[in-house]
Amino acid sequence: MEEAAAEQKYNFDVVRWFAVMTAVYLVVGALVGVFIASQLAWPVLNFDNPYLSFGRLRPLHTNAVIFAYGGCILMATAFYTVQRTCGVRLWSDKMAWFTFIGWNLIIVSAVITLPLGITQAKEYAELEWPIDLAIAVVWLSFMFNFLMTIATRKTSHIYVSNWFFMGMMIMITILHVVNSAAIPVGAFKSYSAYAGVQDAMIQWWWGHNAVGFYLTAGFLGIMYYFVPKQANRPVFSYRLSVIHFWALMFGYVWLGAHHLQYTALPDWTGSLGAAVSMAMIIPSWGGAVNGMMTLSGAWDKLRNDYVLRFLIMSLAFYAMSTFEGPIMSIKTVNALSHYTDWTIGHVHSGALGWVAMVGIGALYHMIPRILHTPIYSQGLINMHFWTATIGTVIYVVAMWVSGIMQGLMWRAYDDYGTLAYTFAESVEAMHPYYAMRAIGGGIFLLGAVVMLFNIIMTVLKAKSQGTVKAAQSAAVTA
Amino acid sequence: MSENTQPTGLQDRAERNVWLFAFLTFLTVSVAGLVEIVPLFYLDSALPAKNIPGVVWDRGEAPNQKSLDDWKEGDGVRPLKPLELAGRDIYQREGCYLCHSQMIRPFRDEKERYGHYSLASESMYDHPFQWGSKRTGPDIARLGGKYSDEWHIAHLIAPRSVVPESVMPNYPWLMENKVDHTTIEAHMSGLRTVGVPYTDADIAGAGAAIEGKTEMEAMVAYLQSLGTMVKFQEGVEYRE
Repeated sequence: MEEAAAEQKYNFDVVRWFAVMTAVYLVVGALVGVFIASQLAWPVLNFDNPYLSFGRLRPLHTNAVIFAYGGCILMATAFYTVQRTCGVRLWSDKMAWFTFIGWNLIIVSAVITLPLGITQAKEYAELEWPIDLAIAVVWLSFMFNFLMTIATRKTSHIYVSNWFFMGMMIMITILHVVNSAAIPVGAFKSYSAYAGVQDAMIQWWWGHNAVGFYLTAGFLGIMYYFVPKQANRPVFSYRLSVIHFWALMFGYVWLGAHHLQYTALPDWTGSLGAAVSMAMIIPSWGGAVNGMMTLSGAWDKLRNDYVLRFLIMSLAFYAMSTFEGPIMSIKTVNALSHYTDWTIGHVHSGALGWVAMVGIGALYHMIPRILHTPIYSQGLINMHFWTATIGTVIYVVAMWVSGIMQGLMWRAYDDYGTLAYTFAESVEAMHPYYAMRAIGGGIFLLGAVVMLFNIIMTVLKAKSQGTVKAAQSAAVTA
Repeated sequence: MSENTQPTGLQDRAERNVWLFAFLTFLTVSVAGLVEIVPLFYLDSALPAKNIPGVVWDRGEAPNQKSLDDWKEGDGVRPLKPLELAGRDIYQREGCYLCHSQMIRPFRDEKERYGHYSLASESMYDHPFQWGSKRTGPDIARLGGKYSDEWHIAHLIAPRSVVPESVMPNYPWLMENKVDHTTIEAHMSGLRTVGVPYTDADIAGAGAAIEGKTEMEAMVAYLQSLGTMVKFQEGVEYRE
């Protein structure tokens, strides 16, 4: 019984908890997202209630999807992968539980403080200083346990997934500490240590690398383990993964400046950011090709392996958004796209198409292996795949159209050389696309609910059949 | 397995030693920040207009420093007055920066729609910066003085009463809530610690000055201050 051997050798308990919470938080994060998307289409949904107003709930949405969903799937997969690829149990079970409980308490504190309007007012780093301190401690416990597990490994070399997880952990530590530096002026109020142009550069150095390291490097760690495992094929090219890794580590960090083209940031900084952004197509596509070509000779598996569909579709979206990103960093394109919904569309083609889908694929791969029972319904996985894909496409297309339209309306002139549209007219023109976006997000949310249902039913089945207990007590012949 | 073979190069060596791998990663990810961020703290090009007369308010040397009330429109960038700062705190609390930018780019259409392009110096006291990243609503870097206080109040209570197409939430609670006058002096002291040049005289009595004001009054004071500090001169290049 290979499964029972793994269960007894490794700490799957903490992985199981992170995995289930991942499914819960994806529903919560997407639900808040659909709600605030609907508020932009129908502002009456703000209900004149401070705790439900768009400006307070939008940070809750981003924190829920990035740090609750993203954090839990990263921690679940990192702990799962590092044990299996190193052939040893986690260095410290206690520290792993500290990470789990601490991270979830941080999420709860975000759910409480953000609707109350307690915020540092820096995008994707809204949580106030006491919570920031807690994040630093819990994150370091995650990183230290991970590194020590690798240090005590039974294999000679460190597997590529673990490089990417490590890269994420190291960079996020640096980013969080530098960007969150602030002067506390009360128990729940602080001001950023930096001002104006320096604060802007540091904020987007953080902002783009929350994307580049947390949502890209970390999820590439997932990709490099789960795609080969699910396809039952080795990674296409080792050499390509070495290039992919170091180019990504070096290159991504420069990109933040492309969020500040034509602002008061010195021109050279934005140009540098744009130049490196263009160059980043190469490692990004190298990685996407490496993942997809892992399937070469086994493409027929896509016909009936729904989990693999998620993983491969995620790579397709990864390739698309890592092409779109550099295009948007070109100054002439950025002049049009900046400040518009195009940015939101780009983010969501990465977030829904890549981050969510690769995480969902990994989750469906892990669930039967950590619960020691087949998933409740394969059909529901297939349904989830189609709702996620169709929802994402509707969302992204709506934002492309509205974003480009906004950009064009703002700069349009009439025959007399005066501005053709008032700002309010551009807002009015967005309404159908905002409604369409809410529908696309709603379809995606439906899929997330289906997944949660599927996973809960699998947990209940495993519980009633006692599969986990059986695996834990089975006699194992080594 | 290759357990016993000697490492063949740096990559191979790193793949066998987690601490070496972590260290090399740390070095690799540090380069860009050192090149792009660190110079912004000492290069003059980060604040190119700082020394142009009238951009930054010169309040003189102690003990004859001017008070914030001596400042007149167009005298240059100054720290926010207590009521404006209280308004800015509310602006952040409500997440206004998520839909309104405060950064006008040097394009013809933006000049005609919003006014003169923004200067780095105009946000030199903004902790954190409020440039924003999205214009679900219009840019408000130069909102001050464009509308009356009455318009702002009507608009904040019910935006669609004055702009029917608007998708902005209503903020009726700003009328009912009083600003927290007990914390404003601590807020100003904190800002002074990170570099905003408030004097002891500015901070003393700030709480008393805003006591009893509504959040609406604070918010409107902040909005009316936006973009009014620098008086731009024709033909002067404010960016390098």
